[in-house]
Amino acid sequence: MAQGAITDDTVPRGRAWDRFSIRTKRVIWAWAFLALPIIFYGWIRFYPTFQAFWISFTDWDILKPAQFVGLENYDKLVHDPQFWKVFRNTFTYLIVGTPISLVIAFLVAYYLDRVRFMHGFIRALYFLPFLTTAAALAWVWRWIYQPVPVGLINGLLSQFGIPQQPFLKSTTQGLPAIMVTAIWAGLGFQVIIFLAGLRAIPSTYYEAARIDGLGEGAILRKITLPLLKPTTVFLVVFSSIGFLRIFDSVYNMTSNDPGGPLGSTKPIVLMIYQTAFSSFDMGYAAAQTVVLFTILLIVSLLQLFVLRNR
Amino acid sequence: MRNRFMLAGLAAGISLLTLGAAQAVEIEYWQYAYETRVTAMDQLIANFEKANPDITVKQTTFPYDDYQTRVIAAKAAGQGPDVLQLFYGWLDKFQSGGVLQPLSPTAFPHDAIEADFFPIVTAMKRGDDYYGLPTAVRSLALFYNKKLFEEAGLDPSKPPQTLDELVAAAVATAKHDAAGNLISEGITMDMAGQDHQWWREVLTRQFGGVPYSDDYRTVKYGEKGGVEALKFYTDLQTEQKVGQTGFMDEGQAAFRGGMAAMTIDGTFRLGSFKTIDQFEWGVTELPANADGTRSNYASYFANGIGASAQGEELAAAEKFLAYVSSPEAMQIWLDVVGELPARKSAALTEKNLADPILSPFLKALDYAHTTQFVDEAGQRQVAIDMANRVLLEGQSPADSVAEAATAEQAIIDAAAK
Amino acid sequence: MTTIAADAVRQPLKFGRIRPGQILIWTLLLLGGLLMVMPILYMFSTSLKTASQVYDLRLIPAAPSFDNYVKVLSDGNFLRWFGNSTFIATTVTLSNVFFDSLVGYTLAKFEFRGRYFIFLAILSTLMIPTEMLVIPWYLMSSQLHWLDSYWGIMFPGMMTAFGTFLMKQFFETVPDDFLEAARIDGLNEFQIWWKVAMPLVAPALSALAIFTFLGNWTAFFWPLIVTTSRELYTLPVGLSSFSDAQDTRWEMIMTGAALATIPTLVVFLVLQRFIVRGVMLAGLKG
Repeated sequence: MAQGAITDDTVPRGRAWDRFSIRTKRVIWAWAFLALPIIFYGWIRFYPTFQAFWISFTDWDILKPAQFVGLENYDKLVHDPQFWKVFRNTFTYLIVGTPISLVIAFLVAYYLDRVRFMHGFIRALYFLPFLTTAAALAWVWRWIYQPVPVGLINGLLSQFGIPQQPFLKSTTQGLPAIMVTAIWAGLGFQVIIFLAGLRAIPSTYYEAARIDGLGEGAILRKITLPLLKPTTVFLVVFSSIGFLRIFDSVYNMTSNDPGGPLGSTKPIVLMIYQTAFSSFDMGYAAAQTVVLFTILLIVSLLQLFVLRNR
Repeated sequence: MRNRFMLAGLAAGISLLTLGAAQAVEIEYWQYAYETRVTAMDQLIANFEKANPDITVKQTTFPYDDYQTRVIAAKAAGQGPDVLQLFYGWLDKFQSGGVLQPLSPTAFPHDAIEADFFPIVTAMKRGDDYYGLPTAVRSLALFYNKKLFEEAGLDPSKPPQTLDELVAAAVATAKHDAAGNLISEGITMDMAGQDHQWWREVLTRQFGGVPYSDDYRTVKYGEKGGVEALKFYTDLQTEQKVGQTGFMDEGQAAFRGGMAAMTIDGTFRLGSFKTIDQFEWGVTELPANADGTRSNYASYFANGIGASAQGEELAAAEKFLAYVSSPEAMQIWLDVVGELPARKSAALTEKNLADPILSPFLKALDYAHTTQFVDEAGQRQVAIDMANRVLLEGQSPADSVAEAATAEQAIIDAAAK
Repeated sequence: MTTIAADAVRQPLKFGRIRPGQILIWTLLLLGGLLMVMPILYMFSTSLKTASQVYDLRLIPAAPSFDNYVKVLSDGNFLRWFGNSTFIATTVTLSNVFFDSLVGYTLAKFEFRGRYFIFLAILSTLMIPTEMLVIPWYLMSSQLHWLDSYWGIMFPGMMTAFGTFLMKQFFETVPDDFLEAARIDGLNEFQIWWKVAMPLVAPALSALAIFTFLGNWTAFFWPLIVTTSRELYTLPVGLSSFSDAQDTRWEMIMTGAALATIPTLVVFLVLQRFIVRGVMLAGLKG
């Protein structure tokens, strides 16, 4: 479709074109490929993002014209005890959630890749949660965590004479309970990406390794993990962003008291959402967004730096 | 649909002939999506269009959670509806943000409004202007499960009338398993539901205090009444162990599932409780305190006219608003939705007062209070957190109420800025 | 070690040669998988219950009934919403598969000044919560008269940083020799990408397609904000307006969720075969 358009029109042909070095030609090709996306990202993503930066210095509430208030929103943020709580919660999701989910996902993918009997069926089982609507499934999870007489886990516990646990109704167990749900919801995605990464490793490498007499552990360390690095980098960065932006699981699991009892499970995006769409304090919400943006950027850059190709 | 189209075409044809006669006007009506409300409004629109063939009304609905966002975004883009429904507690924001226009005093004379509607209609007034009129009002009452009452040896025709009787009935009906876990509640505990209204406007007053100053700009429950009211409430869970926050997730779910003997809820719940087929339930007024003082919380959704309506559309919008606030419309709303008419004459009929389900709600309108929220969700959150600090963190009710009062005052002050 | 490698190196496993460790791993994987789908089974089970049975958490309903499905499907708009979602999710997916891989390929395989900057800039768009962009998008759509249209629902998702990042990482694993060989054969850069590089990352492409499709299939907030007409609702928006209007009747919400899940299940099962085929292709060439 667009193939003809690009070869014929976008890239100039003829004598001028032939005079360019191969290197220059490739640079021109690259920018031709990027032209439309750059316009798209600039207009649909960056323009509103810059707007958000600007709004964070105003008291805009959508209805009334915005007034410049300087750093007032940021000052409020620093002195808002709720913000620091939310900050802590968000980092707990990140620091605990990312490694646990990635290790589980890798183990599942690594072993699933070698399973041949009912491979497709088992893979589908892991991927199924990803196909469903978050809000509906959050409801099921809420019931799993309920106290007796209806809660599944507490029902099991009480059969063994173990006292029932409050889970979501507690300020200490709420966050781990939601973390389990969030890991559950995202695991299928990570497994599929890891599987695709494992499959992308050419089999010749393994054959060569076997001929060299490497054992399973050595193949894993010397072939699989290094060649899987681009996939791993992607998942580490993307999952971290996912946990720092966690919202759906928390919002749907605690919709009666968003963010759990006393805000004990509330992440930063939920605070942004409430500030923006419940209080309509867009200026304050934008300031929170800018802080989140900065954190995400630093975390991602750090990860890309640590995991860079050496 | 097709008829309406032909009618409009016909009207247009006639207007061409009669040169300058009124053309069909289409106005847009917005409310949140709720099955019975939409059905009732469809009926009202059909009746209205029959009486006013030159006007068509298009109803659009949005999920409740995102309704305000939709209204505000539409206003910002200049795409607002001509007539829209709003919770009375949103008026501050909608009025100051220019979503609504004041009702013209000629089309809606103030003395007539104040004479005909229940007094809580004044919550729609800002300065000298009214910004909307309710079709229906809602109040709270105590719902009780007759089957559970009988099982506990209580008389299902004599529900509790005082707070002491309420506690006694809750103790009698609550069930625990061998390990002491609550398996059926005496009374539901759901601050996120209606309990925060019960605590704020009812219990606080019954324990000798007032929740706010008369203009609702100063929090007063920290001075008197609030602490005792909170202790009464949290004791239900910590001392009497007859209820548990979060039991079956929501109070109404526990009651509907037959696992709670009593719950406090509003008229708006009647529709969904009517689908209960496992047991019979009854309704009674919220219990009085030892002195016989009763109180209640009344609220409503009103309809207002969008700021952008002008000329013909404004005239049509005024006609439509007048119709949906008429006694006829209120009767339809009562029949279909189950909410109480906002006009005294339409509400306090003999038939309604004799109705065992409606009368407790109607009686409450006499002594009900209407909290003027500046940020309904934010102020509710303060109450939820207040109870949780006592129930989950063991804070004393006195400290928790003091903390809540400071937090809520800050919300009110920020909004007044 | 991959299926391909296993095919190439060793004979298909025979029963007598399966070690206990493999059986253990297989069993653990299966149990884990079953645990994963439990909540989904509950979703289907609840959708077959009546209002009074909802709070009875038995997995198999006492008297399963399809009444809820009949009720949702008898709403005349359901098929329309279904069609809208299919059209929107498919269009956006095609756009993403094309543009994300084009950009990802450019960032992975071309050398030019500003490459890393553009990569980081695109990546940084992942760092703004969508919720914050909704109001600017709405105002933008209003000025351009995109409100209440298919294009209005689709435009923010036509390209994503997620897809670009994913494809860039996968194109990096494609050996340069293949591309060089094609260049010597006289293919231009676009043909090299389309005909040589794309088939090599087929598994990643199908993964991208699945994720984009699902993301758009379940998208709720933006389609809700931008549409006003019931005829333009997507499935999640339509279903929410339906279940919301029922005073949070969970059996209805579950029915809606089940109805929205079934088509994605079918799509996934079809694409799953495609993945396998994509792997075969990649394997043969490798």
